Amino acid sequence: MFKRKNYFALGSVVLVTLAILSLPPRVTSRLKLAVGSLFLPLFGLANTAQQLPVTAADAILSRRELIQQNESLRRENQQLKFLQMQTSATMRENNQLRSAIGWQKQTPWKLKLANVVLRDPANWWRTAQIDLGSRDGLRENLPVLTNDGLIGRVSSVGLTRSQIILIGDPNCRVSARVENPTHDIGVLGAGGPLDDSLVGLSYLSSGANLKSGQLVVTSGEGGIFPAGIPIGQIVDAQQVEFGLYTEARVKLNANLGALEEVWVLFP
Amino acid sequence: MNVFNTILVLATAFLAVFGETVFTAPHYLLGAQVDLLPALMIYAALNTNVVSVSILAVAGGLWFDALSANPLGATVLPLFAVGFPICVQRDFILRELPFAQVFLGALASALVPAITILILLSGGNQPLLGWSSLWQWIVMTAGGAAATPIFFALFDWCNHAFGYQLQTESSFRPDREIHRDKKAK
Repeated sequence: MFKRKNYFALGSVVLVTLAILSLPPRVTSRLKLAVGSLFLPLFGLANTAQQLPVTAADAILSRRELIQQNESLRRENQQLKFLQMQTSATMRENNQLRSAIGWQKQTPWKLKLANVVLRDPANWWRTAQIDLGSRDGLRENLPVLTNDGLIGRVSSVGLTRSQIILIGDPNCRVSARVENPTHDIGVLGAGGPLDDSLVGLSYLSSGANLKSGQLVVTSGEGGIFPAGIPIGQIVDAQQVEFGLYTEARVKLNANLGALEEVWVLFP
Repeated sequence: MNVFNTILVLATAFLAVFGETVFTAPHYLLGAQVDLLPALMIYAALNTNVVSVSILAVAGGLWFDALSANPLGATVLPLFAVGFPICVQRDFILRELPFAQVFLGALASALVPAITILILLSGGNQPLLGWSSLWQWIVMTAGGAAATPIFFALFDWCNHAFGYQLQTESSFRPDREIHRDKKAK
């Protein structure tokens, strides 16, 4: 019943698995990207298939509708130009004041748009892959955000694709500050496996003055995320570990379930 | 069993892994993504040989891990641990019965994530776990159970449509033919 061929197969699979699992992280990461690149043609096909309905919809849009859209975009563009002028003036003033008191000058963010090409198939991780890689200048630990706020950081970089760890994954910890009078700082950690809109904010001081609806932004500590990126809002808070510290739940601004386009931030 | 069957299983595994990363509707409707590799492994274990089962475990596991945050190779052993015993003992399994297929699919879909989580935890990783993971486990088990008979039906159809069929032997034997012609004697 138990033939020699079976023993050989059993031994081979166990050996191969142990060999792969014991490889150094750098080699494993490269091997992972190499194996993952086998799927590149399929990603291209999927991308084309996703674009088809958009292209078809564009083709049947009436001229009048296009003119209306063009007009509204022109108006929005003008408003944004005025806003940018205001922001630039404020920034100049801010930098002058910073240099007057000897603080480091603030540099404007450089952003690069990326498309989310796939989500993690395993239910116990919260990661995704984007279509920018090392050839686009990406490197590990760059913050990733949407127009609504922070969503995570780049965890590994390939030539044309990169993996991002989303907020709520146990491997993505963010130092966050609550926008309240006491500016309480805590660590944004893991969320629940089912609901990806709520994450835990822990290690807040026991006397933290938290109220529902208070804004949570990055604190700038930790060296990865620049200060001031919006994250979400406080939902509720409770004392844990016999009142040693406070833990809060934060509702994320960004919808992690519907990520299509994200911005990679080059601080 | 033939090479065509093995190639078909591997191609389906490749597409299944890709599909799980792109079609995320089950994740947002049910709260969990259904893994199709355990169901495929059941088909391979009952219809191909141990070499094909090993290849599916290694290739399928590596493909899955390459697109997820799992350490590379973490899914290989769980798939093989499910497929190998079934492949060795398959003569005792009523593989044609849909009930057996559903039961084995559910068992495999429940065991593979459980063993993977054990491997991850023993390797010092911190997967996202909680009480709601039980719901995800149930969804994965039910999804795998439902997918197994579908795979059986699909591959049977493909084999019938594209594979070589066995030539049925005729009961006629030329050496036993009675010749009544006088000249032939």
